[in-house]
Amino acid sequence: MTTAEIIRDLVGKHGKLPVDVATLGDDSDLYTAGLSSFASVQLMLALEEQFDIEFPETMLKRATFASIRAIADAVDSIVRDQAAA
Amino acid sequence: MNIASKADAIGLGERARRAARVAGEFADAVDREGRFPREGMEAVAAERLMGIQVPAVHGGEGATISEVAEVCAILGQACAATAMTYAMHQIQVASIAGFSGGSAWHAGFLKRLCDEQLLIASATSEAGIGGNLRNSVCAIETIGDTVRLEKDATVISYGANADAILVTSRAHADAAPSDQVSTLFLKDQYTLEHTRDWDTLGMRGTCSDGYVFRGEAPKEQVLPAPFAEIAAESMLAVSHLLWGALWYGIAADAVARAQGFVRAAAKRSPGTTPPGALRLAEASSLLQQVKGNVVAGLRQFEAAKGDADRLSAMSFAVAMNNVKVGVSQTILTIINHCLLINGIMGYKNGTPFSLGRHLRDAHSAQLMISNDRILGNTSTMLLVHKQDTSLIG
Repeated sequence: MTTAEIIRDLVGKHGKLPVDVATLGDDSDLYTAGLSSFASVQLMLALEEQFDIEFPETMLKRATFASIRAIADAVDSIVRDQAAA
Repeated sequence: MNIASKADAIGLGERARRAARVAGEFADAVDREGRFPREGMEAVAAERLMGIQVPAVHGGEGATISEVAEVCAILGQACAATAMTYAMHQIQVASIAGFSGGSAWHAGFLKRLCDEQLLIASATSEAGIGGNLRNSVCAIETIGDTVRLEKDATVISYGANADAILVTSRAHADAAPSDQVSTLFLKDQYTLEHTRDWDTLGMRGTCSDGYVFRGEAPKEQVLPAPFAEIAAESMLAVSHLLWGALWYGIAADAVARAQGFVRAAAKRSPGTTPPGALRLAEASSLLQQVKGNVVAGLRQFEAAKGDADRLSAMSFAVAMNNVKVGVSQTILTIINHCLLINGIMGYKNGTPFSLGRHLRDAHSAQLMISNDRILGNTSTMLLVHKQDTSLIG
């Protein structure tokens, strides 16, 4: 599974969206789809667990979780930074 | 701060104090009768304070959030209902001025607001959303160039006295509950069917009755930015800061009354320290904490202003939540201290040391957006947010 697919799966499990995640594109706005701030935190925790990463404070903002692609970009960049460290 | 902006700030303070003197004269009557603070709000309009936050290009004075907060604090010392009405109006102005994204209609409205000193109310609360303003049941309906909306609004503060109402709803009939927009309706574009009375312990003059709102307007009156953005980047922070400022004002006036009581006692028996003096010192320390809390929040907001990333950051939301919870709790402790100092003279109505109205008004602070809800929200964020342990930041 690609990063985006794993993330899609986690959004489905933890995003508590009123719509089926399969109906959303990678660029669909998750907040418009009904992602609440509470669910976004649960999703964040699941992502940290899944990818063994920690979101830095600078990424804890709305834009990071705006779409599946935005999350994938964020996860990739953290993984890269952690590998480089 | 350059000399010109300092002069403006002094001008605003002086105008606010003049309005506050009028508001203060009628504060007890407004409270007793549970009526709109008409005299106070007329005085605010006469001092042309309604549009100060509007940028100069749209006819306002471009006042900063700190300057608006100072006006709220000054009014709060005189009449909490006037101050709260003014603060809620300014929260709506901030949303419209900040998120109309070049909409000519909204720019024209802001100009009118300044010219005519219009009062804007807000309808976010709704039956069936469980107090969470980030959810709507009602949906706005677009028919050609017109939008139509019906909302069972459990609370519209000073709705009957407003010139316009900013109403949240779902963006369209199929939208998720959190996919919301804000629409500004003018007085001749809506009707209000009264459904719920506002007969409360305190803040009686905000007249936050419930209504069924029914409105129809040109679709250009829908704010272009999604409500999610407005709430995250402006409304929540501005609410907590302006409320915090006027709550500080309520507590500051209570401390002033207690100080007056202690000084009168000291004059009666020179050479002895009155029994309330130590408690007054304690209240003064607590009041300084409240002031520091609000001022730090205002500085943080101004430093982040215009930067969507910083305004929507979790650290910012945690800080604003902390201002709200901290101030709303501490003012009750302060006013209770003052009541212990003033004794029966504070407990009685109609004395120069009366504190009943202050205490009752202040009790609303922990309920308007329930502190339990805010603490719950903060506790969720603390699962991932890393705290900034630096002192100066």
